[in-house]
Amino acid sequence: MMTKVLLKQHDFIIDNIDNQIIRATQSGLPLVPRPYHEVAEKLGLSVNDVISRMQAMQNNGIIRRIAAVPNHYALGYKGNGMSVWDVPAERVNELGKKVGALEFVSHCYHRPRFLPEWPYNLFAMVHAHNKDEALLLVDNIAALLGEFDRGHDVLFSKRILKKTGMRLIS
Amino acid sequence: MDELDRKIINVLQDGFPLVEEPYSEVALQLGINESDLLSRLAMLLKDKTLTRFGPMYDAEKLGGAFSLVAIKVPEKEFDKVTEIVNSYDEVAHNYHRDHEFNMWYVLATETPKKIAEINSDIERRSGLKVFNMPKLDEYYIGLKLTA
Repeated sequence: MMTKVLLKQHDFIIDNIDNQIIRATQSGLPLVPRPYHEVAEKLGLSVNDVISRMQAMQNNGIIRRIAAVPNHYALGYKGNGMSVWDVPAERVNELGKKVGALEFVSHCYHRPRFLPEWPYNLFAMVHAHNKDEALLLVDNIAALLGEFDRGHDVLFSKRILKKTGMRLIS
Repeated sequence: MDELDRKIINVLQDGFPLVEEPYSEVALQLGINESDLLSRLAMLLKDKTLTRFGPMYDAEKLGGAFSLVAIKVPEKEFDKVTEIVNSYDEVAHNYHRDHEFNMWYVLATETPKKIAEINSDIERRSGLKVFNMPKLDEYYIGLKLTA
């Protein structure tokens, strides 16, 4: 079965073999000296196939990167706040890019408002060692937005109720 | 976690090579043995200092759908609603946040249609309004946390 994936620049086709590679690596790479050999052996492919297909997927952005993802809390980042902003709709792209470029902002998104209960249309996750430090970072964002900050709030997490690795395909 | 663990985490956040013996290449860069790198990496994953290690796939490019959803849950119903929301495999994360909008979950589904189906199911079962806030645009740079 072929899955057609639409990219911004051009179309890219991932085939059944790519799907098998994704399935075999989505929960992590094997911790052995030759991890791509292990994936290849499991799928009955050559190691060159695995490496070249993964390289192609990386070039096309299907693989964002191959890397380690640390747990924020374990590294001492305990002040993780979701800052939310009410900015003029016609400015959201321009302002979002500025906020997203700040080094302490990990994710920055434009999301829909729900008036009157939820006026915020720009979300920016800030990461700091504690809550006070996070609030200072939020002040920095407010200063950057200036008059376009028509109201904001910060939501800190009290408890993780569920956290699972995302299953991409099964 | 010691200085070497920190170095390993910082280096591996940057990326990992697509070569036949990638751990050996990274170990060389760190000035350690491949076997030390592998055992330290296994430990960092086991004690959950690292949540993942491997390729990060862009799920949307693979045809999946995502959304962030908020609910204002009355405190006395919180546990009951948590149980309802967490019962779906498609709910990848769920956070209790300090706000009137106190429950925030992330849906990851194979199709956009499924997002709407699960949200209306949750509304029906909880009797509460869900606020579906899918991203309209992303201003993504990506953060590196210094270990």
